Amino acid sequence: MDYFLKLFLSGTAKGSIYALIALGYTMVYGIVQLINFAHGEVYMLGGFTALIVGGYLFMLGMPVWAVLVLSILASIVFSAAFGFTIERLAYRPLRNKPRLSALISAIGISMILQNFVMLAQTEKYLSFPSYLPELTFLLPVREYINSTQFIILVTTSVIMVFLTALIKFTRIGKAMRATAQDKGMAQLVGVNINQVISVTFIIGSALAAVGGVLICSYMGQINYYIGFVAGIKAFVAAVLGGIGSIPGAVLGSFILGWTESLGTGYISSDYEDAFAFIILILILILKPDGILGKNQKQKV
Amino acid sequence: MALMELRNVCTYYGNIQALRNISLSIEEGEIVTLIGANGAGKTTTLMSICGITSIRSGEILLDGVDISNQSPHKIVAMGLSQVPEGRRIFPQLTVAENLDMGAFLRDNKVLIKADLEEVFEIFPRLAERRNQPGGTLSGGEQQMLAISRALMARPRILLLDEPSLGLAPLIVHNIFEIIKRINEERKTTIFLVEQNANMALKIANKGYVLQNGSIKMADSAENLLANAEVRKAYLGL
Repeated sequence: MDYFLKLFLSGTAKGSIYALIALGYTMVYGIVQLINFAHGEVYMLGGFTALIVGGYLFMLGMPVWAVLVLSILASIVFSAAFGFTIERLAYRPLRNKPRLSALISAIGISMILQNFVMLAQTEKYLSFPSYLPELTFLLPVREYINSTQFIILVTTSVIMVFLTALIKFTRIGKAMRATAQDKGMAQLVGVNINQVISVTFIIGSALAAVGGVLICSYMGQINYYIGFVAGIKAFVAAVLGGIGSIPGAVLGSFILGWTESLGTGYISSDYEDAFAFIILILILILKPDGILGKNQKQKV
Repeated sequence: MALMELRNVCTYYGNIQALRNISLSIEEGEIVTLIGANGAGKTTTLMSICGITSIRSGEILLDGVDISNQSPHKIVAMGLSQVPEGRRIFPQLTVAENLDMGAFLRDNKVLIKADLEEVFEIFPRLAERRNQPGGTLSGGEQQMLAISRALMARPRILLLDEPSLGLAPLIVHNIFEIIKRINEERKTTIFLVEQNANMALKIANKGYVLQNGSIKMADSAENLLANAEVRKAYLGL
């Protein structure tokens, strides 16, 4: 039971990181029906930005908490700018073309960004400092959950609440829901859909950046290729939950996190990455719409 | 000066010309109807006016200013509001949220609330269903919601695309009464596109007949109702 609880909690922490990335996939899909394969790269860029900015700030002798906050902010801004630019340059011109064009464009952008980082930085794994502080009140339960996992969980939960409120109650949130349901009609009530689509990419990319910083701190290392694996897994999570559905992405992410964690714990850690793809194959056969894919209440 | 005027508007889908030199004018406070068969270009005319479909040549004037090929949201902001063909209710938004979307570009909450009450007074059915997803309403209710959503924008011109489509005769009658009432009570100018020529001409001041993308006839609604050709082709008399 003890062992199970440990695995369950680490799966929860993992799942909440997948959720941060999966939300970007699902929001973008909900609005423009595009699988944004470059999304994983935006997350990787977030991690690298934090590494570089954090390194400079450390050299300037700033306290750890300031380094943490500033480097997360920097990666949010940088990734959001990337997300915005990618949409403008690579997807918007193809919006009224066959869907495959934008998909291929997305794969192209993904390769460009990976290779750009590989050439501009390095192809090696770099160690990523743990920016996240040690929380002393967790000491009694640290066998079950460590500080990093706890911070990941709390951050993700807070972001989920904010995102849900944003979509449900704000003007831009309503515009996003209307655009997701019927772009033409949204325009006819006065929604500037280009703006809504840009905002969606910005929000999705910002979430991915937070995910990037958190998971790199958790794993302690970074590489130009991490976006690919994480991106594919988050994509699996989004499809599992029902692509286009926000609660679905979160649910799918947790299921994936738990499966991976329990699978590695009870079966074999060699297959860690395989579990995600086994799940993907199973959903595609058994329930192609995903768990919450039909009659989704919110489709953004 | 006419409130809205189309001058020699031509619209294409690829190489296929959908509208050929359409010219028409709508005076403030009027009900103007555009009648025609399926595929004549009625919906294209409305979508061209609203900026969803871009026009290749010609002018669309609102208060004498050319608004053609502007972004749709800017055109809505100038006071044009459309009830599109097939109603296009946001299916997963509630009735109240759908109405709220109609007032998307307005920010005076007090006036919006007053308009909402007015809409609920015209269509009590919508008030009963305000928390229900729009997609669960019946066809007639959805049409009421689509009209109400457009009214929530407080438009200067209300554009209606076949509001009678697919509705039972009794409900069609009801909808036309309400269109007339909106015109009389709120002084909203109405541009009504219809296949149901009889009903449309009965409430309109002026009518245009669209055939294969060009205007074939333009006259007062009374004259068109009496015209032998119109009676034969569109009224089945």
